Amino acid sequence: MNWLNAILQGVLLGGIFAMAAAGLSLVFGVMRIANLAHGDLMILGGYVASVTAAHYGVPVPVTIVVSMIAVGALGYLVQRSLLDRAMGLGELAPMLVTFGISVIIPNVLVQVFSSDAQPLPIGSLGTASIDLGGGLAIGWFPLITVAAAVAVLVSLHLFLFRTQPGRIVRATSDDRAVVRLMGVDNRRVYALTSVIAFATVALAGVLYTMRQGGVTPFEGQLTVLFAFETVIIGGLGSLWGTLAGGVVLGVAQSVGAQISPDLPLLTGHVVFLLVLVFRPQGLFGRSVLA
Amino acid sequence: MTAPLLEVDHLAVHFGELRVLEDVELTVPRGQAVGIVGPNGAGKSTLLSAISGVERATAGSVRLAGRDVTRTSAAQRCRLGVGRSFQIPRPFGDLTVFENALVGAERGARLRGAPAREQALRALETAGLLHLANKPAGSLPLLGRKRLELARALATGPDLLLLDEIAGGLTEAEAEELVATVLSLKESGVTILWIEHVVKALVQVVDRLVCLAYGRIRVDGDPHEVLASDEVAEVYLGGTAA
Repeated sequence: MNWLNAILQGVLLGGIFAMAAAGLSLVFGVMRIANLAHGDLMILGGYVASVTAAHYGVPVPVTIVVSMIAVGALGYLVQRSLLDRAMGLGELAPMLVTFGISVIIPNVLVQVFSSDAQPLPIGSLGTASIDLGGGLAIGWFPLITVAAAVAVLVSLHLFLFRTQPGRIVRATSDDRAVVRLMGVDNRRVYALTSVIAFATVALAGVLYTMRQGGVTPFEGQLTVLFAFETVIIGGLGSLWGTLAGGVVLGVAQSVGAQISPDLPLLTGHVVFLLVLVFRPQGLFGRSVLA
Repeated sequence: MTAPLLEVDHLAVHFGELRVLEDVELTVPRGQAVGIVGPNGAGKSTLLSAISGVERATAGSVRLAGRDVTRTSAAQRCRLGVGRSFQIPRPFGDLTVFENALVGAERGARLRGAPAREQALRALETAGLLHLANKPAGSLPLLGRKRLELARALATGPDLLLLDEIAGGLTEAEAEELVATVLSLKESGVTILWIEHVVKALVQVVDRLVCLAYGRIRVDGDPHEVLASDEVAEVYLGGTAA
């Protein structure tokens, strides 16, 4: 029964990974940028929520919205002021810019808030659970994160496949030069994409922070790895693959933890490597090199 | 007297040391259909790129209906009425054929809702793709992709249509059909600049023929006179084996 429980908890953990990975996948798909700062932006989202709750007395649920708006706005500024220019310089330049951002964010956070954890308490919701009997229980909060992840992925899917701006994002992703000949200002598409990606990663960061009870400056180095692994396990360019990738990684980690408390990261990486070796296009993807 | 729809003035496009276009002069009045011929590597596609804004002019200027667009983005030029098809088709493979055309109608022609859908459908009908509207564009064979290039350009509602080798590889009957389509576009008032190796198709449509070689315009005039000229014979026989 412990194993079943570990798998169940892993599925729930996967929700956060999937949400964190969605923005990464979107930015890579549309702009061909591997955003190395994605994990740090996630942590930044957690900090925004924690600080507005602790210092400005904003109710904790509202901090989710505050964080998404703040980090989403940052996405607009970063895209317009840095990434647009870097994209004109070549393929490597934007990745280096995101690497720079990934160095700046945790170091600024340490300077301003020290390396102590910044709490984001969610009270009794953190421990409330539904008893399934037989020693199995589903926490309400993990359940909410999975529901939120599904909601984010469904919304993204509907946006991309059912709306006019979404269609233009897909067209830009296919051929950024040709859309310009059809009257599309591709920089506006990029700005929109960045805002969506940054806002969703902020949401993932806030939920992650709530789950952990708090957040520390350098956790982004680990979360960015989880996000990349999720995208690659699931397969690039497939939102449902992203959800599956998150669940696979989550289950691998929590089953690893069931074997030994030292193991979750290792088992996660091993599963990731196995997928990379035996199914490099990911579980649902078309091709990693697409 | 209104300004000609297109005025290309002393245009040069260099890629580093490579001088692809040099001192090109071309004025096209509204409603005219102009054919462009020339050997491979003459700079024909680059000329269309410089007019549509894909490539920036190294020197000289491009004017649309009297307005200088030399420094205007490709997206803006599209909205000003320049539609372009690519020689090597570049469909949005993940979108359906209809969605491909719809992007042009919505962004290029600035339409919304039902009028945008109607314009996209008309463009597909003109290009003979209506029956494939809901297929993913990536699944089209080469001929379908070439037609989609035309449909997408038409969906943007162009005043100036730039066509880059749309007749290559077509059967006799298909080429006839294409000629009829382009003629009907011309009759509806669209100004056309058409690069084509299939000269037989070209001369049925164009009012004027330009021969480009080594980045310069060598001959410009009545299609039959241009084809009979010594310069064209020299360009082709002295140029590539094509």
